[in-house]
Amino acid sequence: MSLLSVNNLEVSFVTRNGTQKAVKGVSFEVQEKQITAIIGESGSGKSVSCYALLGLIPSPPGRIDGGSAEFGGRDLLTLSENELREIRGRDIAMIFQDPMTCLNPFLTIGEQLIEPLRLHRGMARDAARQRAIELLDEVGIRSPETTFDSFPHEFSGGMRQRVMIAMALINEPRLLIADEPTTALDVTIQAQILRLIADLQKNRDIGVLFISHDLAVVADIADQIVVMEQGEVVEAGSPDTIFKNAQHPYTRKLLAAIPSGERANATAQRDVLIEVDQLRTWFPGSGQDEPVKAVDGVSFNINRGEVLGLVGESGSGKSTLGRSIMRLAAITEGSVVFDGTDVTALEGRDLKDFRRRMQMIFQDPFASLNPRMTVYDTLAEPLLLHGICDRKNLDGHIAKLMDDVGLARGFIRKYPHEFSGGQRQRIAIGRALATQPEFIVADEPVSALDVTIQAQILDLLLALGEEHQLTMLFVSHDMAVIRRIADRVLVMYRGKIVEAGTVSQVFDQPSETYTQSLLASIPGAALAG
Amino acid sequence: MTGATTNENTANLLADAEQGSSLWQDAWQRLKKNRMAVGGGAVLLFFVVVALLTPWLAPYAYETQNLDLGASPPSADHWLGTDVFGRDVLTQIMYGGRVSLAVGFIATAVALLIGVTWGAVAGYVGGRVDAVMMRMVDILYALPFMIFIVLLMVVFGRNVLLLFLAIGAVEWLTMARIMRAQVQSLRQQEFVEAAISLGLSPAAIIRRHVIPNALGPIIVYTTLTIPSVMLLEAFLSFLGLGIQPPQTSWGLLISYGAETMEEYPWLLIFPGLALTTTLFSLNFLGDGLRDALDVRGSKD
Amino acid sequence: MLRFILSRLLQAIPVIFIVITATFFLVRAAPGGPFDAEKVVLPEVKRALEAQYKLDLPLHEQYFAYLGDLTRGELGPSFKYPGRSVNEILFSGLPVTAELGFYALLIALLIGVTAGVFASLKPNTRQDYIPMSLAMIGICMPSFLLGPLLVLVFGIYLEWLPISGWGAIPGDKILPSITLGAAYAAYVARLSRAGMLEILSQDFIRTARAKGLPEWLVVTKHALRGGLIPVVAFLGPAFAGLLAGSFVVETIFQIPGLGRFYVQAAFNRDYTMILGTTVFLSTLIVLFNLVSDVAAAWLNPRLRSQFSGGKS
Repeated sequence: MSLLSVNNLEVSFVTRNGTQKAVKGVSFEVQEKQITAIIGESGSGKSVSCYALLGLIPSPPGRIDGGSAEFGGRDLLTLSENELREIRGRDIAMIFQDPMTCLNPFLTIGEQLIEPLRLHRGMARDAARQRAIELLDEVGIRSPETTFDSFPHEFSGGMRQRVMIAMALINEPRLLIADEPTTALDVTIQAQILRLIADLQKNRDIGVLFISHDLAVVADIADQIVVMEQGEVVEAGSPDTIFKNAQHPYTRKLLAAIPSGERANATAQRDVLIEVDQLRTWFPGSGQDEPVKAVDGVSFNINRGEVLGLVGESGSGKSTLGRSIMRLAAITEGSVVFDGTDVTALEGRDLKDFRRRMQMIFQDPFASLNPRMTVYDTLAEPLLLHGICDRKNLDGHIAKLMDDVGLARGFIRKYPHEFSGGQRQRIAIGRALATQPEFIVADEPVSALDVTIQAQILDLLLALGEEHQLTMLFVSHDMAVIRRIADRVLVMYRGKIVEAGTVSQVFDQPSETYTQSLLASIPGAALAG
Repeated sequence: MTGATTNENTANLLADAEQGSSLWQDAWQRLKKNRMAVGGGAVLLFFVVVALLTPWLAPYAYETQNLDLGASPPSADHWLGTDVFGRDVLTQIMYGGRVSLAVGFIATAVALLIGVTWGAVAGYVGGRVDAVMMRMVDILYALPFMIFIVLLMVVFGRNVLLLFLAIGAVEWLTMARIMRAQVQSLRQQEFVEAAISLGLSPAAIIRRHVIPNALGPIIVYTTLTIPSVMLLEAFLSFLGLGIQPPQTSWGLLISYGAETMEEYPWLLIFPGLALTTTLFSLNFLGDGLRDALDVRGSKD
Repeated sequence: MLRFILSRLLQAIPVIFIVITATFFLVRAAPGGPFDAEKVVLPEVKRALEAQYKLDLPLHEQYFAYLGDLTRGELGPSFKYPGRSVNEILFSGLPVTAELGFYALLIALLIGVTAGVFASLKPNTRQDYIPMSLAMIGICMPSFLLGPLLVLVFGIYLEWLPISGWGAIPGDKILPSITLGAAYAAYVARLSRAGMLEILSQDFIRTARAKGLPEWLVVTKHALRGGLIPVVAFLGPAFAGLLAGSFVVETIFQIPGLGRFYVQAAFNRDYTMILGTTVFLSTLIVLFNLVSDVAAAWLNPRLRSQFSGGKS
């Protein structure tokens, strides 16, 4: 039986620059006691559709132009604000993407938890407290009594998301809308939260509408999958049909973008380009506190021409390690020998020459380009600085770089804010390649991008790597991406390297329990199996 | 990447490319749509031009008195009336505006120069230098400067130059804090790290990557500092601790006007109008700039 | 939290010390001795006077003597009002200024917060533009202009309210309080609007709405506390501003408060009075800044627990 039935929903945003249609006649159903997943990239209208149902899009600029949404015999879109408010938090509850910002930092967790109970059921404070503590226990919070009286900032993201889930379920809603609930979490936490949502759904027989950009994440838990692109539903069906028999080209593109397989082992040269020995990077703690040992005694080699994957969760120190090698973070102890030279001691002119030979690609394509410089200026800066070319043949070099990274030359006078995330990352790659480096540190270069774009950028990096015989340290939290691109893998945990080996060694026969748990957390087991 | 491909037809690379729109241009477009800000800017421009040309524009000489006439309401000869000495009020306001605006702009320039340099150095060098420099700012910040300026004026007499310095010395503190916050957050931006990895020198990084991006908040704050400086000057002059006769300023004119407002209200109203109009223009322009440049959480 | 208060207190001490030292030497550096302006004074009388005010001692001894007096809370005798100590004069003016400041602050907070919150609920509509335009007028209309204008309109033309004095005629406290409070009401309105807008755009507000909370609860329970932190932090600087503003307002309305005494002392070159008042007011301002900083930090649970070194 269908719990929620959305028909021909149309939503647009009215701004000073005109009306933009965000949702164009979307229809889908959520069956009772099932998990329906809506899949789409940013801008596909997947979140807007769901928020619009509950009257949660800000209006203006948001405007619902038409359609219906049948829920419990009523059309949600025709309800008044007061009637909708009664449904929100009682019959339909929501959890959101970023647990760090979704709980009110000024109120205790308990106060926020019992709000729906007191509001919708008029429950007495003590009874509500009892109920909340039971539920905190159910979602896996270890000491629910003390948690009840704590403030959100005392908890990690995963814990806060559990609190959010408890808060959503406290009134035993019939429908739970989960908007990218695991996207902001580390992969092992993500696996736990996914399992929790799936278990709760089964035990409580509620319908779940699960919004995600990641097909692999929903593969394991969804009963129905709805694929959206640019405000329209392009395909819907069971996971089986979607994964094995996708009809729409966009769905196929999404599927193809899931990083899979391993790199056909390139002809990695045997000689060592970089030797990292007992590297320590500590940050001073505040006041009397212990220093933060971001990187704590790490040794490894990078061979010429190989792609070395560095994998770890947030806080493992993997980015700091990359930045230490680049001399962007101050090294506390140890050495980094690059082609026979210890770079930790370099200064001035020598450091500048060394910097030409190694470059970095950053995570956030919105922050890694100077917003006040055109593409031309951005690319010209390294070329002129290191005398790669003179002003006379500058244009030729820049044109070549644009071609290399797959950007139209007509964009050369545009500014970063006029590009999409993927295009910006191409510019950043172009800037890194401009100095004709031998070594590149790529720090999560694709994790801020949509999946289809992610695949393009990975392919681009691989192709450029081979063409220019680049050595690469590829830092990522995403095991699938690492597997796709790396020759060898280092696993980092709390500032130390816990496992190292070739891709097949680490992925097929992990020796450390931490690596095993990381591997077990990779979403999409159903996909692979 | 080996060997330049100059043989390709790249001669028209820039000419063929579509012109992008920089953040400055976007901000300018937004500002132009803000009628209050444009109006404020226009009024301000008018006042500044009038102030610069006052010796040629003023209907009477500054010293001209007409004791026979005395205080007279606005008339065809004296558009804004005359004061008790028969001096033309319009002329007084024009000359007073020169002083008020000069104090506003010069003291703000002093604050800008000290504050931006101080904040940029502290923010960029970081570490212990930053800690010491900002601790000094913190201590100075906690000083009750308003009272100190009054004290200075009492002790050293009413000296315009001292007034510039004293007001500038107060206002640079906030400027330094804003600049430091900007530089610090920019330093952690990935594009600055990218510039470091390219091997750019610190001076080049500050010039090419930090300053252009820190400019927005500085412009906004500067625009909003000018009116608060002018207020401070007027406040001191009203108390008789600022500008001294024979010089005059709007604050001083308001002070005289307040004494005789019962009989000659125009002596209070017109200088007051001049001051408030200027303050309005500056504030509207500042708010408009803040919206256009998308600067958040500045002074108030 | 205690650690936070202590550390801020430790910061305040050098500030107060700097104020005392700087003020002392500035006043002593003033050209001309305090008795030079008097008519002709016999040399022996002058010497006796200088001895009485310890002006015959070397400068550093005068300084330490002054510091010693300060530790006992003694601000010394007044130059211009022989027989009256600075302490006496200060404490005769303090209650008046405190009352005036209190009313002004009350006006600023009541009107400012109401207007600011009201405006933030419907940004860029008439409900926003009207109070914010009024706030803009408040900011551009300094007290020394607003005061005389109010007197002109309500005191002289309409004859509704008395135009001077404090506590002598009923209603004579209204105009001074409004004059002093208006600009701060405007600042508070702008601050609370900005603070509320910032908070109302946060994700946790969406969470509250998704729970089905009525809008008034979303605003009062979830938004107000965070939104008003900037206002609380502003109270320190506002206090300093109100004190300075009282110089003008008390002069306009002829109110016998601290501000008027200070301005008179400035004109009379009553150096001990200037010195004493500066030290006293500065200490008050520094302490009030401390209180408002601590209050703002206390409102933020993260800071509260951080400084108490554990769970709150």
